[in-house]
Amino acid sequence: MHQFEIMPIIPIQIGNIDASFTNSSLWMVIAIGLITLFTTVSMRGRALVPGRMQSLAEMSYEFVANMVRDNVGSEGMRYFPLVFTIFMFVLFSNMLGMIPGSFTVTSHIVITFAMAFIIFLGVTVIGFMTHGLGFLRFFVPSGIPKALVPLLVVIEVISYMTRPVSLSVRLFANMLAGHTMLKVFAGFVVMMGLWGVIPLVFMVALTGLELLVAFLQAYVFAILTCIYLNDAIHMH
Amino acid sequence: MAETFELTGEIAHDQGATMPQMNPEFVSEQLIWLVLTFTFLYVMMSRVALPRISAALEERQDKIADDLDKAAEFKREAEEALAGYEQSLAGARARAHTIISTSREKVKAETDDMRTQSEAKLAEHMESAEARIRETRDTAMTHVSDVASQTTAVLFEKLTGQRVDAAAAKAAVDAAFSQN
Repeated sequence: MHQFEIMPIIPIQIGNIDASFTNSSLWMVIAIGLITLFTTVSMRGRALVPGRMQSLAEMSYEFVANMVRDNVGSEGMRYFPLVFTIFMFVLFSNMLGMIPGSFTVTSHIVITFAMAFIIFLGVTVIGFMTHGLGFLRFFVPSGIPKALVPLLVVIEVISYMTRPVSLSVRLFANMLAGHTMLKVFAGFVVMMGLWGVIPLVFMVALTGLELLVAFLQAYVFAILTCIYLNDAIHMH
Repeated sequence: MAETFELTGEIAHDQGATMPQMNPEFVSEQLIWLVLTFTFLYVMMSRVALPRISAALEERQDKIADDLDKAAEFKREAEEALAGYEQSLAGARARAHTIISTSREKVKAETDDMRTQSEAKLAEHMESAEARIRETRDTAMTHVSDVASQTTAVLFEKLTGQRVDAAAAKAAVDAAFSQN
């Protein structure tokens, strides 16, 4: 499908590694540029009574700050900048993908899995740094018969290992499915001629739904990061 | 219609080809640019944007707390002023009362004084008038006895043709008066 195709814009080669600037890179740069502008330029006046953009920037700050505080507690505020960056990066990538003709960075499993895997690794490292080898007890549920322990440990380890997969596939699949669905409906509009009005109405509704999904998936991605962090810091 | 052909053509092409997501051709490009952009964004957020926002939020919080404190201070001052006003009002009222009562007493004392004075004066006048009346009556009485003795002497002379001594006539008249 054309809209998910990656096309090199500026070919760059570092040693054996291809580091070309592609349309994916372009939209990543646009996303981080917009986020940086949004969070810095809007705060330039640092007005006591905020304007529209400053209000939005402050709202996103407090939204993520509350998310971290509620899910991880005050110890988690150390990782607040990371969670904020993840949330804004995913949110802006998803939202920019809604512009017709643009490229959705998060619709590629390479990107989402890389992010999810880094989060998984980081959270595991934080877990071992906080609790030492005691973090292994995380995989042993308390209050169960001795005989069941080996089985449950296996299940716990597997469920822990699948975290990066579920985290990345959830975001990737949502973006992929939403855009594919829009494309299929757009195809119907063209094929059905005058009756194409009906799928067109659906498309308008679906676009609204996709905007919601774009926000929701960024939120889910960030809140799952918080929950994993909480597991690592507080165990359970 | 050209679009229809293009679209169906593309769908056919899609079915034949693998998904772009499964294309291993562009993995390193995506990963390198993800690391670059994400690291840049993280540094910008943690070093510049977030401290700025949190400073603004804190500033506002401080300002609000400050204003609330100030408002409480002003309220306290207003209450103090009200209490002071009420106190001075009560004082003024009390002073007005004392002024009214003292002036009333003063006026009363003055009028009493004036009355007693004028009464005394009146009594004096009355007394002197009475004394004058008594004196006038007394002198009038003495004149009456003189006139009576003279009249007696003239009457006696006219009736008897004999002259009578003035002193004898007077004695006789006095005797007659005293008999009455």
